[in-house]
Amino acid sequence: MSENGFKPRIVAFLCNWCSYTASDLAGTSRVKYSPRVRMIRVMCSGRVDPSFVLKAFALGADGVLIAGCHPGDCHYIEQNYKTMRRHAMLRYFLEQMGIQPERLRLVWASAAEGQYLAESIDQFVADVQKLGPLRWSGVWEDPWRREDAFDEIAAEHAEAMEVQA
Amino acid sequence: MNGEPKGKLALYWAASCGGCEIAVLAINERILDVDALFDIVFWPVAVDAKVHDVEKMADGSIDVCLFNGGIRTSEQEYMARLLRKKSKVLVAFGSCAHEGCIPGLANSTSRRRIFETVYHETPSTENTDHVEPQPSTAVPEGTLHLPVFYDTLRTLDQTVKVDYYLPGCPPEADRIWDAITAIVENNLPPPGSVIGAETTVCQECPRKRNEKKVKKFYRTWEIIPDEETCLLEQGLLCCGIATRAGCGARCPQVGSPCIGCYGPNEGIHDHGARMMAALASTIDSNDPEEIDRIIRDGIPDPVGSFYRFGLAASHLRRKKEAMIET
Ligand code: SF4
Ligand code: SF4
Ligand code: SF4
Ligand code: FES
Repeated sequence: MSENGFKPRIVAFLCNWCSYTASDLAGTSRVKYSPRVRMIRVMCSGRVDPSFVLKAFALGADGVLIAGCHPGDCHYIEQNYKTMRRHAMLRYFLEQMGIQPERLRLVWASAAEGQYLAESIDQFVADVQKLGPLRWSGVWEDPWRREDAFDEIAAEHAEAMEVQA
Repeated sequence: MNGEPKGKLALYWAASCGGCEIAVLAINERILDVDALFDIVFWPVAVDAKVHDVEKMADGSIDVCLFNGGIRTSEQEYMARLLRKKSKVLVAFGSCAHEGCIPGLANSTSRRRIFETVYHETPSTENTDHVEPQPSTAVPEGTLHLPVFYDTLRTLDQTVKVDYYLPGCPPEADRIWDAITAIVENNLPPPGSVIGAETTVCQECPRKRNEKKVKKFYRTWEIIPDEETCLLEQGLLCCGIATRAGCGARCPQVGSPCIGCYGPNEGIHDHGARMMAALASTIDSNDPEEIDRIIRDGIPDPVGSFYRFGLAASHLRRKKEAMIET
């Protein structure tokens, strides 16, 4: 399925207190990581509603990464445990919908782990690269739907009325 | 409305079960008030006006059209476009038009699979010639046309612009009456709104709620829930927490979990995503393996459990399947 030259589009939700700071740290320490990632800062990984993830896929993301504080370190006490459970729930659901669950990844990275976060991002980009493009909006483009069918229907009705009259 | 000319009302059905047609009659004798206020210019179930009569009407000449059903075929799409053009106010009436409902749950399969099941596999089917409906068939007299059956069911507002939504499978009689009254009194919310309550079924549910901590989910036949406690706390997948109020919590009142027929509550687009978020909060474990076990053992069918009514309207809309077509 992997295509030559395919550049995955990744959306990453990063917790303000740890992972986003870690990505900053990676930047200031000149650690390089893949430019394929669009980062979205959230106040806590627990803010990442499952609908954000599904919307990202529906709008063209090939992979979604969620990064938060290590379990036990969440600034909002235990919101990241919810993240952990939502992640499990989402992966299970994605599987049933025909999306490889590997397209969603959860990473714990503290503010000091710039290097680790950069590596995790690169690894994820490489893994999604192997999975190939998702192109989700294509799944509801209906091959049987024809714009001209509606004119045909109208014409047929008109014709039927003439026969009756 | 005294002395004013009567309004023009149309009702139509597309991919639906017919229940919404019955639901209109469930307003009982108030249907006579509707008749006093409106001329019903088109209603295939009850009135003898034909599609051609609608085609001849001036654009915008129908005041209100209550449209139930999702869009599965080219003919239904044609009717949705036609009635949109002819109506001032188009209401997506009931869950099917609003969010796809059970017909939209077939977005978890494909046109090919549906045809296989319906025309070949069901035990009562005898179809040795492998006949399937064709969009056009040549016969000596000319060419016969059948509507094209789409791969994906769309909601009404994925097809044409919708002015209002009336949720529910089917909408409750009193809510229908509220909507009719709002229309007649010109007391409607801003266009694009759902006509109904904003809160969740939980708000209408008399069951006692405590902190929700669930170690195991059950299917309805596995336990007999107690009479008083919240069903979700007892491990039943009750969608009341993510579902719009309006029914008076009918199902949990009689010991059956809400399956979500009123769609998501106000401000929520993706019903199932909301359910997943809410359920994840209730799971009583912080251990990834145990969490996985609780989910997989207790929820054998996440799409059917979280998106029974809202799959077609969800962000993902349908399941991805390898397209096989003959
Ligand atoms: S919303 Fe429910 S009652 Fe109405 S047509 Fe659809 S399935 Fe039937
Ligand atoms: S039983 Fe269902 S509707 Fe009632 S309070 Fe519990 S979750 Fe809400
Ligand atoms: S409790 Fe839920 S499923 Fe039952 S009627 Fe109300 S909204 Fe529909
Ligand atoms: S604050 Fe970082 S995950 Fe909650």
